Amino acid sequence: MRKIAIYGKGGIGKSTTTQNTVAGLAEMGKKVMVVGCDPKADSTRLLLGGLAQRTVLDTLREEGEDVELEDVRKEGYGGTMCTESGGPEPGVGCAGRGIITSINLLEQLGAYADSEDLDYVFYDVLGDVVCGGFAMPIREGKAQEIYIVVSGEMMAMYAANNICKGIVKFAEAGGVRLGGLICNSRKVDNEMEMIQALADKLGTQMIHFVPRENMVQRAEINRKTVIEFEAGHAQADEYRTLAKKIDANEIRVIPTPLEIEELEKLLIDYGIAA
Amino acid sequence: MATGANKKPAEVRLDRQDPEKIKARLLAKYPPKVARKRAKQIVVNKVSADGEVPVISSNVRTVPGLMGQRGCCYAGCKGVVLGPTRDIINITHGPIGCGYYSWLTRRNQTDPDSSADGHNYIPYCFSTDMQDQEIIFGGEKKLKQAIQEAYDNFKPKAIAVFSTCPVGLIGDDVHAVCREMKAKLGINVFGFSCEGYKGVSQSAGHHIANNGIFKHVVGLDDTVKEGNYRINLLGEYNIGGDAFEIERLFERCGITLVSSYSGNASIDAFANSHTADLNLIMCHRSINYVAEMMETKFGVPWIKVNFIGAAATAKSLRKIAQYFDEQELTDIVEQVIAEEMPAVEAACADVRPRTEGKRAMLFVGGSRAHHYQELFAELGMKTLSAGYEFGHRDDYEGRKVLPDIKVDADSRNIEEMEITPDPERFKPRISEAKKAELEAKGLQFSAYDGMMTEMPDGTMVIDDLSQYETDQLIKMFKPDIFCAGIKEKYTVQKHGIPLKQLHSYDYGGPYAGFKGAINFYKEIDRMVSSRAWQYMRAPWQEHPELSATYAWE
Repeated sequence: MRKIAIYGKGGIGKSTTTQNTVAGLAEMGKKVMVVGCDPKADSTRLLLGGLAQRTVLDTLREEGEDVELEDVRKEGYGGTMCTESGGPEPGVGCAGRGIITSINLLEQLGAYADSEDLDYVFYDVLGDVVCGGFAMPIREGKAQEIYIVVSGEMMAMYAANNICKGIVKFAEAGGVRLGGLICNSRKVDNEMEMIQALADKLGTQMIHFVPRENMVQRAEINRKTVIEFEAGHAQADEYRTLAKKIDANEIRVIPTPLEIEELEKLLIDYGIAA
Repeated sequence: MATGANKKPAEVRLDRQDPEKIKARLLAKYPPKVARKRAKQIVVNKVSADGEVPVISSNVRTVPGLMGQRGCCYAGCKGVVLGPTRDIINITHGPIGCGYYSWLTRRNQTDPDSSADGHNYIPYCFSTDMQDQEIIFGGEKKLKQAIQEAYDNFKPKAIAVFSTCPVGLIGDDVHAVCREMKAKLGINVFGFSCEGYKGVSQSAGHHIANNGIFKHVVGLDDTVKEGNYRINLLGEYNIGGDAFEIERLFERCGITLVSSYSGNASIDAFANSHTADLNLIMCHRSINYVAEMMETKFGVPWIKVNFIGAAATAKSLRKIAQYFDEQELTDIVEQVIAEEMPAVEAACADVRPRTEGKRAMLFVGGSRAHHYQELFAELGMKTLSAGYEFGHRDDYEGRKVLPDIKVDADSRNIEEMEITPDPERFKPRISEAKKAELEAKGLQFSAYDGMMTEMPDGTMVIDDLSQYETDQLIKMFKPDIFCAGIKEKYTVQKHGIPLKQLHSYDYGGPYAGFKGAINFYKEIDRMVSSRAWQYMRAPWQEHPELSATYAWE
C-alpha cells in the first residue's frame, strides 16, 4: 500500500487534482482510499457526487467512543473509499488537533488494515503546513510520499518551497519523501519551464503538467470527476496520464528548499520580468 | 552595623566561609552563558551606610534545564490569589489536572460562618474537564454549560473562570462567555486569561488576578459599614489559619477588618473594600497592584505590615495605631501587646537554649523568605541565605528601585491597567499635611524596603534557586533547617536536613501573630532538635562489613 499526501497553496486545486487522479487510478483497477484533511470536508465531493459524507470528528462527537468504520467511510466512484476528517468551523477550536485525532481513529478502526486490500491512501491536506496538526499526515510515517500541487504563480511556488522545508524536517525523523511537483496550470508565461526549473532546484521532478481546461469546472459543478463526467475528453486523459505516472513513479527524494532570493531569481529569469 | 571604613571584602564571612568563594563554586559547573546569567541572580549582600544594596536580577526567565521552584501563571492567579475566597465558584477551564492539583494544596482555611449566607465552595473543585472534543471544536459551549450547572446547583453570588494553557492556544473567548452568562444569570461572572505559559513565573498570574478583581468586583458596593479603624488586610491567605489569629488581634484592638485579600475572604467584602480607610499589605509581591489601584481610584493609602514574628506583629499593630493617631487605639494596642507578649516570651525562652545559633535557609515566595527571617531571629537563629521564587527587584531591594526596573517583553505581555481617580468616589483618607506629619514621625506610606536591606552583610541572596544550587548549598553549609515547598522537601531531607514548608506549613500553623509565633517556636525546636536525622545513613554505609555471632556461641 502506498500512502500519499497532496499538499499545496490554498485554492491551487489540490482536491480537484487528487480526486481526478484517484478516479484514474480506480479506472486502472486500483483500490484507493481518500482521507480528506480539510475542516471544510469537501475533499471527496467529486468521488461521492456531493457532500454526502459524515465527518470522522462529527461522528465521534455525536456517537461518543462507539464508532464503526462504516459510520465514517463511504464508497465512491470506482470503488474508492472516502473519508472526511472534518473539524471546527473557522475561528474556533483547533483544526490541527482534529486531524491528529481523526487519523488516529481511522487507524484504530482498521481503515488501513491489510484486510482492506488497499493499493493507495491519499491524504488531501488543507493549504500550507500551518501547524503541527496539518503536518500529521507526514509525521510518523502516516504518508511516505508527497506530491505538491503548484502553478507558475509566485505565491504558489513560494508555498511549495515552504512545504518542502516541512518535508525536510520530517524526512530526517521519519521516512517521508517528495515524489514530485504536479503543475496545475494557470497559464502563466513559461509556466512549464519555470516549474521544471523549480523541480530541478528542489531536487525532484515535475511529474506532470496539467493544462488549464474549462471541462474541469463543468465536471465539478456536476459533482463529478472529469473521468466520470466526460470519459472521452482530452482532460480525462491528462488525469489518466498523471495517475499512470504516479503509479510508475520511483523517484522519491528529500527536497533541497530554495533561499528566498533564489526563488525570486527563478521567477525573474523565467517569468514576470521577461 | 557595618562601618563605612571597612573596605576589605575578604573580611566578610558567612558561617566562617568566604561568600564570594561560595558563589564562585555555585557557578563553577555552569556553561559560561548560564553562569553569567546566574551570577546576576546570586548576590552577596552588602548594605551600605545609606541603605543601598547590590542590584539583583530577578523576574527573569529560568534557564531551561535548571530545575527551579517556580509555578505557573494559572497557579498564581487561581491557586494563590483567588483560590482562598470561599464564596466565588472558581471554575478551571481546562483539562482536569490543572483544577485538581491546584485544589486546596496551600491549606488555605476559611470560616463560612463569617458571612451571613454561609456560602463556602472551598471543599469543592470545579473544572470543565476539557477533552479532545473541546480542544478540536472549541470549549466555549462546555464552559457555558459548566457555569450554568454550577449556578443551578449552588446559586452562588459569583463565578470566576480561570484559563489554562490549551484555552489560550485554541482561542476560546472566556470573557465573552462570562459576559453572556452574567447577563443571563444575573450574578457576577468574570474570567481570567491566566494561561499557565504567560510570564516567567506565577507572579504574572498574581498581577492578572489583581487586575481582574479590581475591574470586576472592587467598588460594586459603596455601603460604608459600621466600625472604627476600618482597614483591609492584603496578601494574607490564611494558610494554616494565619488570618484567624490576625483577626483575633484586630478584634481585641477594636480594629475593623473590612476585607481581607483573600484569606478567609468573601466576594461581598472585596466589593466593599474600597470603603476602608487604610490598606495593609502583607505579601507585597502578590497584591501590591490592588493597593496601588485602590489608592489611585479611591484615595485609600497603603502601608506595609508583617504579622510573621511577635516583634513584627507588635510593630505592625503600632503602625496601624500611628496611622489612625487616636489615643484610644494606641492605648488598646499597647495593652494588647503587653498582654500577649509574656506568653510569647516564655515560649521563646523555653526553646531558645536549643535553637540559639542554629542556621536557616529560606527560599520561598515573594515575601515569605523575608518575613520568616523575623521568627528565626527571635529564636536566635541565623539566616545564611534566602531568596524568592518569583519576587521582583523591588521585593529584594525595596520600592525605591521601581523607576529603574527594566520592563522586558515577558512583563509587557501582562496588562498594566490605566487607573484614574473616580470622579465621585475618590476621597483621600488623610490630608497631605497629616500624611507629612505622620511621615515625619516615621510612618512610611507606599513603602517597602525589601528583604536585602534587612539582611546582614555577607549573607547570600539567591533568586530563582535551582535544585543543583540547593544541593551545593546544603553540602557547603549543612544548615540546620531549610524552608521551601513540597517540590524541594524530600530532596532536601535526603541530605539529612529538615525542611519546613512555608507554602502550606506542612500540617501546622497558624504561624502569624503572637499565638502563631509560639506555634512556630515549638515547631522549629522540634525540627532542629530532632535526632532522627542522624539515622539517615544505613548501618552498612557506616560499616560495610557486617560482624555477627552465631546464636549458639
